[in-house]
Amino acid sequence: MDHLVPHFIELIRRAATDLPADIEAALRRARAEEEEGSAAQTTLDSILENVRLSRERSTPICQDTGTPIFYVYYPTGWSTLELKRQIREAVAEATARSYLRPNSVDPLTGKNPGTNLGDDFPYFHFEEWEEDYLKVDLMLKGGGCENVGAQYSLPDGRLDANRDLEGVRRAVLDAVQQAQGMGCAPAVIGVAVGGDRASSYIKSKEQFYRPLDDTNPDPKLAELEARLTREANTLGIGPMGFGGKTTVLTVKIDTLERLPASYFVTASYMCWADRRRTLIYRDGKATIE
Amino acid sequence: MATVELHTPITEEAIRALHVGDQVRLYGTIVTARDAAHKYMKDTFFRGPAIPEGEQAVYDRLRALWRDGVMYHCGPVVSRDTDGRWRFVSAGPTTSIREEPYEADVIAHFGLRAVIGKGGMGPKTLSACQQHGAVYLHAIGGAATLIASYVKEVLDVFKKDELGVPEAFWVIRVEGFPVVVTMDAHGVSLHEQMYEASRQRLAALL
Repeated sequence: MDHLVPHFIELIRRAATDLPADIEAALRRARAEEEEGSAAQTTLDSILENVRLSRERSTPICQDTGTPIFYVYYPTGWSTLELKRQIREAVAEATARSYLRPNSVDPLTGKNPGTNLGDDFPYFHFEEWEEDYLKVDLMLKGGGCENVGAQYSLPDGRLDANRDLEGVRRAVLDAVQQAQGMGCAPAVIGVAVGGDRASSYIKSKEQFYRPLDDTNPDPKLAELEARLTREANTLGIGPMGFGGKTTVLTVKIDTLERLPASYFVTASYMCWADRRRTLIYRDGKATIE
Repeated sequence: MATVELHTPITEEAIRALHVGDQVRLYGTIVTARDAAHKYMKDTFFRGPAIPEGEQAVYDRLRALWRDGVMYHCGPVVSRDTDGRWRFVSAGPTTSIREEPYEADVIAHFGLRAVIGKGGMGPKTLSACQQHGAVYLHAIGGAATLIASYVKEVLDVFKKDELGVPEAFWVIRVEGFPVVVTMDAHGVSLHEQMYEASRQRLAALL
């Protein structure tokens, strides 16, 4: 297999230091909508200034470079063992270059190996596909926003949330209110309806790979996404929880089959520093989007 | 709104003059401490009848640095120059609420005047701020490159090998670090106010 380690290092560097254009544009729109001179607006000014500086200096946008989550789509015949080996090598090197903070800690001993490597760190998902090129999606999922993610098992009596889209709406709005500014609002909210506890969390996070301005192919979900975005922004939590009009940038929803006994609604929270990049490797040439 | 300049060590009088919403620029020496550091302090300094011999030096240094001093909830990205000197590359605040079980004791014990973090803290910390003359200062989460540019020097680091880079006590010198008072020494918390206002708006939507 080709030696792709330098391309993987570059993918990590771009993800950690160069905020995607759709996220930055949404932050700029949010800034324009906040009141002139408000805490919300000055906060967004600092955030945008930080985005600019990080890109210019090639330093991490946020010091919590999170869990690196790799989704690898590979053509038939490629070795996932070798891909994993090369990506792990790139992760250790990117850590040595201070693109990533050493973030993997043994929960029993508290030891931090300083490399971002462990048996289950970073996180991988491999999928063979019918295309003739390699695609690697990388998301850096911070810990502060991970902590405020929430899962609801419907029906939920406290919220009067039943097993329907109205129940989903109530659960998601509750999750946004509970999070306050602690997950670094304004957020992207990824929602999964259905599945088991684990698959529902995974599906909710996969929503963060979607472009911010895409349209959900299911008209009912598209409508709910728009309504939730609008309503969450009436909660008044605002950037960093200082108050303001922008609490979420958008809400993305997907579903997965559930058991008759279970009806999970999972809301994962992505901070404003929504760091994701994609590497395409085709005919010996790499591009990063 | 006027911006207040604070230089460490900070007097109680200067702290009691602050109110929620005030913007502050910080100058001087501050020390980072986050999750593992708080647990370490509880286990090592507060639990037993005496401080274990090997930990006395760290304790003495922290006592000197935090008397009228400032703690920062932060786990930085650092790099080391060829001459061996540490540098802060990226250093925004981490979520503070996780230290709620510990912070009131830490404020009382060391005589801290300010805790910097993000997301705010709870009633125990708020009450400790009121009782001992301290404030909670909010930095902008995720603005890590920008904040690192106010860190002019890394003066020292404690417990790096045991706790790891993000969790160590980093002693740093800052110039003009911008923060906002969101919990003051008069029992007022912006976070409490925001929670209650958003809870009422949520109730109207459900």
